[in-house]
Amino acid sequence: MSCCGANPGFEELDEVSRLVAAKLAAFLKTLRDNGFPVGLAEGQDAAHLMTEGYAARPGLLRSAFKHLFSARKSDWDKFDGIFDAFWLGKRVRSRSITAGSARAANNPSLKSFQDASARQAASQSATDQIPSADDAPEGRSGEGRMEGASRAENLAETDFRKLADPEQIEQAHAAAAQLAKAMRTRLTRRDLARRRGYRLDLRRTIHNNISHGGVPIDLVRRQRKPKPLRLVILLDASGSMSSYTGVFLHFIHGVLDEFREAEAFLFHTRLAYVSGAMREKDAARALDRLSLLAQGAGGGTRIGESLQTFNRWHAARVIHSRTVVMIVSDGYETGDAALLGREMAALAKRCRRIAWLNPMMAWEGYAPEAAGIRAALPHVDLYAPANTLKSLTALEPYLARL
Amino acid sequence: MKTREEIAQALAACGYIADADLATAVSLMQLLRRPLLLEGEAGVGKTEVAKALASVHATELIRLQCYEGLDQSSALYEWNYQRQLLAIQAHRGGDADTIEDQIFSEKYLLERPLLAAIRRDRPPVLLIDEIDRADDEFEAFLLELLSDFQVSIPELGTIAATCIPHVVLTSNGTRELSDALRRRCLYHYVDYPDVDREARIIMARIEAVSASLALQIARMVEGIRKEELRKVPGVAETLDWVAALVGLGVRDLHDAPETVHETLMCLLKTQEDRARVTREVAERLLGKVA
Repeated sequence: MSCCGANPGFEELDEVSRLVAAKLAAFLKTLRDNGFPVGLAEGQDAAHLMTEGYAARPGLLRSAFKHLFSARKSDWDKFDGIFDAFWLGKRVRSRSITAGSARAANNPSLKSFQDASARQAASQSATDQIPSADDAPEGRSGEGRMEGASRAENLAETDFRKLADPEQIEQAHAAAAQLAKAMRTRLTRRDLARRRGYRLDLRRTIHNNISHGGVPIDLVRRQRKPKPLRLVILLDASGSMSSYTGVFLHFIHGVLDEFREAEAFLFHTRLAYVSGAMREKDAARALDRLSLLAQGAGGGTRIGESLQTFNRWHAARVIHSRTVVMIVSDGYETGDAALLGREMAALAKRCRRIAWLNPMMAWEGYAPEAAGIRAALPHVDLYAPANTLKSLTALEPYLARL
Repeated sequence: MKTREEIAQALAACGYIADADLATAVSLMQLLRRPLLLEGEAGVGKTEVAKALASVHATELIRLQCYEGLDQSSALYEWNYQRQLLAIQAHRGGDADTIEDQIFSEKYLLERPLLAAIRRDRPPVLLIDEIDRADDEFEAFLLELLSDFQVSIPELGTIAATCIPHVVLTSNGTRELSDALRRRCLYHYVDYPDVDREARIIMARIEAVSASLALQIARMVEGIRKEELRKVPGVAETLDWVAALVGLGVRDLHDAPETVHETLMCLLKTQEDRARVTREVAERLLGKVA
């Protein structure tokens, strides 16, 4: 009887551990769906912890798992919610489901993203644009057609705003991304060549010449490590910029792909940190993730407030002494222009240089008269148009030297 | 294995007041033998964790301060070239093999922190401070060391660890660390302490302070942290301030508003922050402190 009693006991135990293992595996999957970097080793350690008696005390287990599975502050902050939802059945809306369904339901292609921002632009432009700018597109679009009629149209010199044909837009996007990649490669090479053989490395020279009895015959020169420039891009995604955002998003996507040290932010009425989304290899998926982040894009612009947020919460982390901050905006500030001036001054103190790209600069008769841009300009090192592929290329030499 | 309550007590005995979460992290470090990655603002006591840990284990603290351009020869090992050259000169005319064996022996090897940490008799605490300042290449190398705990020196062969050190890494977040390193480590975010804990920290660190003053100061600092500041004061700044107040003979903050305002320079480290916390703001904050 006793042996019969023992057998089911073991089986029961087995059954329990199987259930626990299955539950744990499901939890790991939930974490992975929420973007936690969970590998096999972590899974094993988690199982180990559960057998060590942590499983009996949920509070302790949560704390232990939190340390084990989190890898950064954002994970750390959202872990408790996920844990409670999974193990304790509290009603916390699962992020994995939200993210999953959103992706499946609306997977906007590049074009539809464009369309969406254009639609929003149509409804918002009145609040954001100065009246004189409204006539300008009419006059200029004639020119655009004229260039087209010659059949020798050069995409490089066409204002992005005048690209209407989806195919052309596609081409411009690809070119912008390509340009970003090419810039990265050239910048690195230039850096290496300039600094080759910078100074003598005494230790290595002696070490390599031990075979000559220590007489330094083969000299070893030290090459200064090429220090990469860090690029921080702040892109204005407000209504007045809508005809340019599409191209710049692709440009940023290309830049982030190639520059290891690059960060991107998007702002309209508030600031969104988009580097994570933009690092996605596939451009369509990156923009998809972005559209979730940048809800409200295409509205008015509060550049000052966005910069304030940036200075307060992000600047210390993303800016160091070799950082170039690139602001892409038309400078139509709907908020307080004085605040913008103050925040620009604070930003200028922190970083190496500020480049302000204003696509409207190339418009005929445009003068930087909006209050926002006038407050900001004294702190800007480079103020350039960026309305064509050619003008984007022209930025390269500026980024090459530090 | 110690429970986390015991660990918290042991840390407190060494002057580090830990919250329950950190105690769990330390107990996990021992259980899972993983390095602990501490992130948080400057001055919240990340480095202190390693120091306290070393005194809890009654062991040595080996510290590697990272900086840009840190390489293997200053982090791991280097040959003592000068002595090697001397030896070559001294044994001129001797058998080449013998000389080579001699100059590439342990006697001529300079231990740097990482090598030192794995060759001790009892496991030391290895503090790799501000890992975010080191280059990517170094991070990759460190990852390898932290998983294998052995070092191969071409002239000498592989040196396996005699002990597995307790590894603590700290980061200020000036650069994004690689996912591989993050995954390898236990993660703990060190936040500013709450009022109670900060008061206990003050009392643990500065003996001459009374419980009521410590609590007042902790509340005041909490208020200051909520202001819009460029540089939010950390625990280290609080301790400086307490030392200043105690040194000036302040027993109650309400008795000496002038001194309080004048000594705020211990907490506020930029001109803008100084300008922002005016006399009126300081008095308002002081008014909230019971």
